[in-house]
Amino acid sequence: MQNPIPHIINNNTFWVSPERCLFWEDQNILILADIHLGKTGHFRQAGIPVPEGVNKADLQRLIAQLFFFKADRVIIVGDFTHSEVNKELELFKKWRKDFPLFRFDLVKGNHDILEDHWYIETNVTIHKKELLIGNFCFRHETRTTDPFEDSATASFVFSGHVHPGIRISGRGRQALRLPCFYFSPGHCILPAFSKFTGTYKVDPKEGEIVYAITGAELIKKP
Amino acid sequence: MLPGLKTTTGYKIVSEWLSGRGYQPFVFQQQTWQHIINAESGLVNAPTGCGKTFSVFLGALIDFINQHPDDYKIKKNIGLQLLWITPLRALAKDIGRAMEEVIEELGMKWKVGIRNGDTNIVERARQKKQMPEILIITPESLHLLLAQKGYAEIFSSLKIIAVDEWHELLGSKRGVQVELAISRVVGSRESIGRHRLADGDAGVRRVESRLSIWGISATIGNLDEAKEVLISPLKQLQNKEVSEVSPLWGDLEEAGVIVKANIQKQIEVNSIFPDKIEKYPWAGHLGIKLAHKLIPIIQQSKTTLIFINTRGMSETWYQTLLNVCPELAGSMALHHGSIDMELRTWIEENLHSGNLKAVVCTASLDLGVDFRPVETVIQVGSPKGVARFLQRAGRSGHSHDAISRIYFLPTHSLELVEAAALKSAIKENLIESREPKLLCYDVLIQYLNTLAISDGFIPEEIFKEVISTYCYKDLSKEEWERIIHFITEGGSALQQYDDFKKVEIEDGLYKIKSRKMAMRHRLHIGTIVSDSMMKVKFITGGYIGVIEEYFISRLEPGDVFTLAGRNLEFVMIKDMTALVRKSNSKKSIVPSWTGGRMPLSANLGKKLRSTLDQLATGNKQLARELDKLRPLFDLQQQLSHVPAENELLIEQIETKDGYHLFVYPFEGRLVHEAMAAILAYRISRIMPITFSFAMNDYGFELLSDQPIPVDDGNVYELFSIDDLLNDIQRSVNSTEMARRKFRDVAVIGGLIFQGMPGEKKKARHLQASASLLFNVFSEYDPDNLLLRQAYQEVMEQQMEEARLRDMLERIQQSKIVITFPQQLTPFCFPVKVDSMREDLSSEKLEDRVRRMQMELE
Repeated sequence: MQNPIPHIINNNTFWVSPERCLFWEDQNILILADIHLGKTGHFRQAGIPVPEGVNKADLQRLIAQLFFFKADRVIIVGDFTHSEVNKELELFKKWRKDFPLFRFDLVKGNHDILEDHWYIETNVTIHKKELLIGNFCFRHETRTTDPFEDSATASFVFSGHVHPGIRISGRGRQALRLPCFYFSPGHCILPAFSKFTGTYKVDPKEGEIVYAITGAELIKKP
Repeated sequence: MLPGLKTTTGYKIVSEWLSGRGYQPFVFQQQTWQHIINAESGLVNAPTGCGKTFSVFLGALIDFINQHPDDYKIKKNIGLQLLWITPLRALAKDIGRAMEEVIEELGMKWKVGIRNGDTNIVERARQKKQMPEILIITPESLHLLLAQKGYAEIFSSLKIIAVDEWHELLGSKRGVQVELAISRVVGSRESIGRHRLADGDAGVRRVESRLSIWGISATIGNLDEAKEVLISPLKQLQNKEVSEVSPLWGDLEEAGVIVKANIQKQIEVNSIFPDKIEKYPWAGHLGIKLAHKLIPIIQQSKTTLIFINTRGMSETWYQTLLNVCPELAGSMALHHGSIDMELRTWIEENLHSGNLKAVVCTASLDLGVDFRPVETVIQVGSPKGVARFLQRAGRSGHSHDAISRIYFLPTHSLELVEAAALKSAIKENLIESREPKLLCYDVLIQYLNTLAISDGFIPEEIFKEVISTYCYKDLSKEEWERIIHFITEGGSALQQYDDFKKVEIEDGLYKIKSRKMAMRHRLHIGTIVSDSMMKVKFITGGYIGVIEEYFISRLEPGDVFTLAGRNLEFVMIKDMTALVRKSNSKKSIVPSWTGGRMPLSANLGKKLRSTLDQLATGNKQLARELDKLRPLFDLQQQLSHVPAENELLIEQIETKDGYHLFVYPFEGRLVHEAMAAILAYRISRIMPITFSFAMNDYGFELLSDQPIPVDDGNVYELFSIDDLLNDIQRSVNSTEMARRKFRDVAVIGGLIFQGMPGEKKKARHLQASASLLFNVFSEYDPDNLLLRQAYQEVMEQQMEEARLRDMLERIQQSKIVITFPQQLTPFCFPVKVDSMREDLSSEKLEDRVRRMQMELE
């Protein structure tokens, strides 16, 4: 397992973790996107026997990252849950009861369709559109070109939704698509935290940086 | 004492009817009829277009008349008598019509029904109420019938199951579907019989105790095995009634009969020669320069079919022929799998009526009804196998005394050797086998779900039936338990927090109770998985055809590509449809459709080696093709060597590109691809060295920037069979290959949900690509049977492991000849041209990415 790599934005340090999340050192906050809790359960409920171990492993990675960074707060920029309530979400609720001290913030994404009371019972603070901390803004879905609307003070946005992936190709027909962090000057798109997610190909332009995730390690490009 | 056929009433009536129409029954038909009235099962081996349908169909009628000599004309609504399974939807109507005609002329009241994807709901409902006496059905629709409640009753009156074109089904997963369906039909009759016996229920129509299974097959190399596969469930399950001891497979080989038509069609093979061999473009592998030579052939015959191996090339050929001979416009058409169904049907109709002078086509016209006006067939490029070449030749000259005429146009001059090899293979009737599929877990999972949505199943009963099939004869109890576990529990899971629901157990009966799940499953029954295709439409409306999604995804608006013989400008994608407009641009991209790259068959490879032997041993009486190629072989001999049959030629050549090693096993590109990787790995164990690969059907190349340490001292060891399996795993990137195979397996096994009409929004939360599922299973359920199957399919189909072994064994017995030519030789040139480079890469992901990254910088 490779150590996280520091990435500095506006004098704040964000540790890029190969476990598909960011740790904001100055605020002690773990930032992640698209964990899609309950997705395997949703498939299994429909009779599609995907191994449910992936859901459990996602949750364990989340917990491990919280302890590793000693974070006290989590911000999820959308798609925290995948679909309707199922038993896998109950498992999360149970865990949440055992560890009530972390603060959970969710900026709602298109998959977050649960009733408000579920979030209240689970002790998750929901933000309908965005969350602002200092001049950092957290949203689910933002294109890099979108202007900042309500948050005039914000100068940097974190978002998810896209599940960015980068194609790394070599000679011959070798090519791999890897999940990645996608940084442009005013914006960061996080990789999907869940391993039960596909990727969408992004093409970094001049001045943009990606961190590709190869299993346990990170490759910074360029 | 069994009745002699000719003394029976049925025979008299049917043969009278035949002679009334001026026909004499063929000997093989009479033999089949005799076996049918004796209630035997077996296989009829007959080519298309010589009364093979009548062999089994009339046999069924004769048998029925014999059973009911007095009232055969008035008996109606007596339940299903003959189940006719055919792989081709398009054939059903024609066969049905022919059968109805006979029935009517004999004054009988039987009904003929058709059941396939085109059958409408009204007809289905009518069949449900009253089954026709004859049902013509596809394997998929047969499984849909098994998904219907109370299906067992349908088969209780059945006397004969006929499987048409069995050679086409055998060796595919559709064939496995047929095997399973037969096992259920036989099994359900046995079990109804037992119950009724126990209940003393005499009032209900009794189960017809005699059931025969008849396959109809063209000639293949393994007819005996084909028969065995087909009738296995019948023999196994009926034997079990007699004795509880497990049946012996040895007995089965003797069970059932094979009736051979022995109708030898005359085939004339003509090669099209380039004017001068040395002028022939080695580099161009389309042979398009010879296109003008086809024009007189097309003009001289009534209708000509021009077979091209791939869809992409067929587009190119269509355009070229139109350019060379503009008069053909309007009387020439293009037919391949990506062309609009309606247009294809139109082409087929016009082929029947003789309105078309020529049709450029792919394997899309390999099968199906005969087109009488077709007088000539042209094969462009290697047909890759004897059977396929014969099948295509057989599409011309239909009346059974007519000669089938086929022209062979080489796409590079060495292919002329193939023409000579094909001619001699045809003379010797050396036709490829179709290897039956074994242990297809995906098809079994689908089948069990099918049974679970109709009446439910009892595992013990179905297990017996499943292992009575040839495909699953070696299925272990442990594998069976895991499959049952997979469909009931969804594999291993945290019980307490699991939502899995599919097959539920109710009083020992395994059932799917959710109606929604059942409906979904019904839509997914079948084993033909197509690439994800996108419709192509004009922006002004009008449908052109379908094209692979990945091809479209690489296009920019304004790009021009060719489909259905038209140049089209890509405009945009809307609602999963590619919108285009006509383009007059001269330049266009021809889509490269996946698939269509069949390897050379083992038979043809063998024949090629023995044909070359004639040259090597200085045989004076050479086929014309070889004679023409003499200057080429003289050069080959002068620079290097022409291998005899018991030799393997290896050439080591140094050029400015580096050090080349060429090997010529003539075993087809897949075996060559695997062997190249294995050889590269084995050499790299001698010293650190990296290679790039290239291969064609004749041989392969390793290229390196340093001298390649292969010599007489180590060469036999490098081609050793020892430790083959391990070396394969270390050298070939089987993970990527398995990932590609997994898509089909996952779709058939029900892991990929394709959604259904009116449920779009919900379904979006159930989308996952095969590649993602492959990753998830590999990481979290690595022992999964479907995953294992994907790897197995890679070994069997992608690497042709059995053939690879045979080759290595042969090489060990051969003389390996290593030469060091000063320049590239005629043999190696096409390999270089037809090259597809692939690096040896078996490092772990991280290293691989690192290295690739360094290369990028």
